[in-house]
Amino acid sequence: MEVSPDIAVALVAIAPILAAVLAPMVQRLFGSWSGWVLAVVPAVLFVYLWGFVDQVAAGGTIAVSLPWAPVYGFDFSFFIDGLSLTFALTISGIGAFILIYSGAYLKGHPHQGRFLAFLLLFMGAMLGLVLADSVIVLYTFWELTTVASFLLIGFDHSRQLARRAAIQALVVTGLGGLALLAGVVLLQRLTGSWELSGMLASGPEVIAHAAYVPVLVLVLLAAFTKSAQVPFHFWLPNAMEAPTPVSAFLHSATMVQGGVYLLARLSPVLGGTDPWMLSLVGFGSVTLLWGSVAALRQTDLKQMLAQTTIASLGLLILLIGIGTKLALIAAILYFLGHALYKAALFLVAGIIDHEAGTRDITALGGLRDHLTITFLISVLAAASMIGLPPLVSYLAKEEMYLALLDNGWQSLVVLAIMVIGNALLTVVALAVVIKPFMGQFVPVPKDPHEAPLAMLAGPLLFGGLGVLLGLLTGWLSGTVLAPTVSAIAGTPTADPHLALVVDPLTPVFWLSIATWGLGLLLFLRLDTIRTLLRRAQLAIGWTFDIGFDWLMFGLIRLAAGFTRLWHHGRLELYLVVLFAMLAVAMIVPLWTMDGLPDVPGIVDLTFYEWAVMALGVAGVLTLVIARTRLFAILALGVQGLAVALVFLLFGAPDLSFTQLMVEILSVVILALVMTRLRLDRQDPRELEDLLRDGGLAVVCGLGFTALLFAVLQGSFDPRLSDFFNAQSVPVAHGRNVVNVILVDFRGIDTLGEISVVMTAGIATLALIRSARRLLAPTPKTAPPQKSPRRRRTGAAKA
Amino acid sequence: MNTLIFRTLAPLITATMIVFSIFVMLRGHNEPGGGFIGGLIAASAIAIYGIAAGPVAVRAAMRIDPLAIAGFGVLLSALSGMISLVYGVPYLTGIWTYLPLGEPEIALSTPLVFDIGVYFVVFGTFSAIGLALEDNGEEG
Repeated sequence: MEVSPDIAVALVAIAPILAAVLAPMVQRLFGSWSGWVLAVVPAVLFVYLWGFVDQVAAGGTIAVSLPWAPVYGFDFSFFIDGLSLTFALTISGIGAFILIYSGAYLKGHPHQGRFLAFLLLFMGAMLGLVLADSVIVLYTFWELTTVASFLLIGFDHSRQLARRAAIQALVVTGLGGLALLAGVVLLQRLTGSWELSGMLASGPEVIAHAAYVPVLVLVLLAAFTKSAQVPFHFWLPNAMEAPTPVSAFLHSATMVQGGVYLLARLSPVLGGTDPWMLSLVGFGSVTLLWGSVAALRQTDLKQMLAQTTIASLGLLILLIGIGTKLALIAAILYFLGHALYKAALFLVAGIIDHEAGTRDITALGGLRDHLTITFLISVLAAASMIGLPPLVSYLAKEEMYLALLDNGWQSLVVLAIMVIGNALLTVVALAVVIKPFMGQFVPVPKDPHEAPLAMLAGPLLFGGLGVLLGLLTGWLSGTVLAPTVSAIAGTPTADPHLALVVDPLTPVFWLSIATWGLGLLLFLRLDTIRTLLRRAQLAIGWTFDIGFDWLMFGLIRLAAGFTRLWHHGRLELYLVVLFAMLAVAMIVPLWTMDGLPDVPGIVDLTFYEWAVMALGVAGVLTLVIARTRLFAILALGVQGLAVALVFLLFGAPDLSFTQLMVEILSVVILALVMTRLRLDRQDPRELEDLLRDGGLAVVCGLGFTALLFAVLQGSFDPRLSDFFNAQSVPVAHGRNVVNVILVDFRGIDTLGEISVVMTAGIATLALIRSARRLLAPTPKTAPPQKSPRRRRTGAAKA
Repeated sequence: MNTLIFRTLAPLITATMIVFSIFVMLRGHNEPGGGFIGGLIAASAIAIYGIAAGPVAVRAAMRIDPLAIAGFGVLLSALSGMISLVYGVPYLTGIWTYLPLGEPEIALSTPLVFDIGVYFVVFGTFSAIGLALEDNGEEG
């Protein structure tokens, strides 16, 4: 069967999510082999996407669109160009091996199926994010990555730290998600298109617009939270609470790269301006230094790697901010190299943890004889992190130095930052490979054995690919770099003809040497540096992580304070507020819009109409002067009876009938409530409370009267009543229009209303019962069971 | 209030009121009345009986929990609307049929069934609340 390309491309994002649904079942069927089975999904996607490489390399883009909500102009649209293809291939390629690895890593874990499902969901969300054309689709998948990462980080949900880390990631990246939504909606207003492809084609009008800076701030907020830039970086190291394969995936190809992708994607629309450059280069530089320095402080392998991810993300953002062709080439090369070595190193850290039982580099040593292949992998990955030739990361480093040479003093400052950052990353790379593997074997909690194939396959391949891509520069520059740079720059860019050369005559080469030299020097002093950094940290005593807690607790306290202010639990005050608001709502609009209505003159009434009026007035007066509450309730009933009679006299028998019944029932129920709650027989209110409540009642009454006058003095629109009078008998076969409206014309309303009546009844019963439970334990109000009735019947008999 | 006269008369009043409430409900489509008013009358009847004989006696007499009656009413009303679906017309469209019983034809219709549902809801809910308030510390 021929699958139309539209559906097939959309399926790239949907397929992993569908597979996620089946994952627990697959896990039950295949056990520890389920990783291999499920890896088929991303593998197939990888091969399918690979089919577009030639087309994209030739400068083509593939755009597909399925109608979603045409009324709003939303389409379920995707497009593939150099940038999205590079990301999508990385995600699916690395994802396949992460799944295989997870099959072995969590072997025998009771929730392995669930874990694999979350991973697939994460992968699908990320693929959808990078392939989306419609910004609404982009936003949807962006939020889905947030949700999926929440589930993955909090996977080990019985640990408090994992739960906290998960919520922290959710709050921080969710905040960015909201900013993204606002940003893309603004962008749509500016460019008139919901599709990224349309925005990219819109030209420089966005930059010239007054709303450019707000849009930029929103997009940057989204990208910086997702990509863990200072000051939003703190969630990423905490996300290490997730099982290691998640960290490997999250740090290399997914999640944090979402922000990098977003900035690269919107670079032609928003980029090239001073605010863009300053903020990206500024935040990127700070993040690079922050992350690489923080990494030196750690001894936990995963923590060290997590901090270096922050640094690398800073570097990527910095490069996109510079935005020249060379810088973009460097960024793409660095993205590829980083994705490969970071995934490999995390997986190695997982193997060490799994086999040795610890990840602390001070407690590890001499593992090379026990974990030979793992050692080989970590050498390859660390070489990539250091940026040794002939690896692809070497090329990246050369290009980024080249991009900044000969461009004035600002560039030289950035260049210096890059050299220092890279040197610090070199230190970490050396530490990661030398400390656990070289030197004397240090006894560890477990007896280390080489990991199974499923756990070695991925990292080995990633390490090898780092070398291979470096050697295949001709292919890489024509097929990957040219279309990707074109996509980020927004203009077609020719094949840069990158070649792997080590030329000792260029300044770039000497900058590399300087980087390595500085790195080696610092590595030799690593223990001293770490001690110093830790001491500094203790001296400061404040971290962004603590700041986050302050913020959250502050929010909670604010909410609690606000709740206490409004929900004080005092019924009287609730009623005062409610009636005051009612009075305001009735009087203010009348006053400000049309002025208060005229007071009509006295109309002629018959004597029995006067009698009814007198009855009502008598009821109200009695109510006001009544000494006991029961009497007041009865007086209220008398007043209601008068109203019912008014309805009857002026031609609304149904209304009158209902009013009468409601009055009777409310008198009965009020009387019962009074006896049930054992209220005082008399009103205990102080004089000032009485005056306040009485004044409020008078104001409400006046407001209501004014409202009724205004309604009566307005012109009456008879269309509805004419319609119902005309249609009642011929259409609904009923002469009682009120009833016909209730049960026929507006039956669905009535259905809703009776459901509400029943629900209110259930709630009332619950309230009565809980009040009884509260009252019951006090001996004063809980007489022996059944005694009241016995007394009552006894009295009646007597 | 709890006099011998009242307790003797209460069952009679209650029974009359219940019958009257059904009458009011059934005539509602053409004359003043209907399910809502009927339900209120029936609930008042129950309240009167409750004041006279106590909630336990009322519950025993009713046999069915009043809240269950209310639930049945919502269900009945909702289902009455479904009959129209058989005829391919929208939900809650009135369907009418006439039983030729001599001179006065008896009109049967889905709005009538709907109204009976309303009656049960109002009756059940207000009886439940009334009984719960009358319960003085006993099971409610």
